Amino acid sequence: MLNNYIIPFIVLFIISYGFFKKCDIYDRFIAGAFDGLKIVLDIIPAILAMILAVNIFVDSGLLLDLFKGSKYAEIFPMIFLRPISGNAALAYLSQVYATHGPDSFLGFLASIIQGATDTTIYVLALYFSSIKIKNSRYALWVGLAADFFGILAAFIVVHFFF
Amino acid sequence: MINKIWFFLIGCGLIYGVFKGIDMGSVFLNSAGEAYSLLVTMVPLIVLWCGIMNIASESGLLHKFSSLLRPFLRKLMPSVKNDKALDYVSSNVAANMLGLGSAATPFGLKAMKELDKENKNKGVATDAMITFLVLNTSGVTIIPMTVIALRMAYQSINPTCIIIPSLIATFISSFSGLLIDYCIRRKNAK
Repeated sequence: MLNNYIIPFIVLFIISYGFFKKCDIYDRFIAGAFDGLKIVLDIIPAILAMILAVNIFVDSGLLLDLFKGSKYAEIFPMIFLRPISGNAALAYLSQVYATHGPDSFLGFLASIIQGATDTTIYVLALYFSSIKIKNSRYALWVGLAADFFGILAAFIVVHFFF
Repeated sequence: MINKIWFFLIGCGLIYGVFKGIDMGSVFLNSAGEAYSLLVTMVPLIVLWCGIMNIASESGLLHKFSSLLRPFLRKLMPSVKNDKALDYVSSNVAANMLGLGSAATPFGLKAMKELDKENKNKGVATDAMITFLVLNTSGVTIIPMTVIALRMAYQSINPTCIIIPSLIATFISSFSGLLIDYCIRRKNAK
């Protein structure tokens, strides 16, 4: 399948470009990986905090009792948390994988939703507060509408690919 | 915001779980182990990807890519006269597309600062700022590496099979976001 060729192709393209531009690709790789490690170390406590909260919430059974009968019970909270906290959505995604498996219908759908949406409210707050914007006008609604269409698209796309 | 969510999830979960007679103590303890096994698979892959992407950013590929995006962005944000702002916007969008989230944010903050220089009404978002935010938050990511890493951590048979479906969904999200933004701008201009 085409999916399997995308990563090798991109990697080959990037390192060939660097190589022929006479860039120290090996050193650049090491430096980038080191920076990546620092970034990951920074977010590990946040991920741990969210995995804890989501585990407690999911394992209590509250959600399943609330949305009894709906096959998307686990997807709803992920959709609500996604615009606010990327780590919370990621913790939910891992819960969906843990209960249904990453290759199940729900696992596939949740993966695409995670890929198609973003932490809209968080980014908006970060960017606007950096230049002291108090009135964001219609920005939030357009951002959330884009996420909504992304989720809608995920529900449609999953039926073609799964 | 994050305080409320965290409190809500843990508070509701603990009360409801204890009420239903579930051993919430072991749920608490097990999440540490679960987080560990998750991170053991995910962290090396994400670090690896950061290494590859650093080659892209330092060899000039990222710059090349962002200059390819520029004409397109100029059409999307016609009110921007400041070239520097457009530079930062295209760098931010290019970095986001390659999944270089941490490289994208500094460009994004600089872009906002430049856009604010054209702002006659300080404290109120301009049209261009909103278009930029929509581009940023609904932006297309070519390889969703975190999702792939998480799928690997749960032994997916085919972790990368989500790339093309995700691309389609995220493209629809960006397109509809920009379309709505364009319609609002046209309506306001009248």
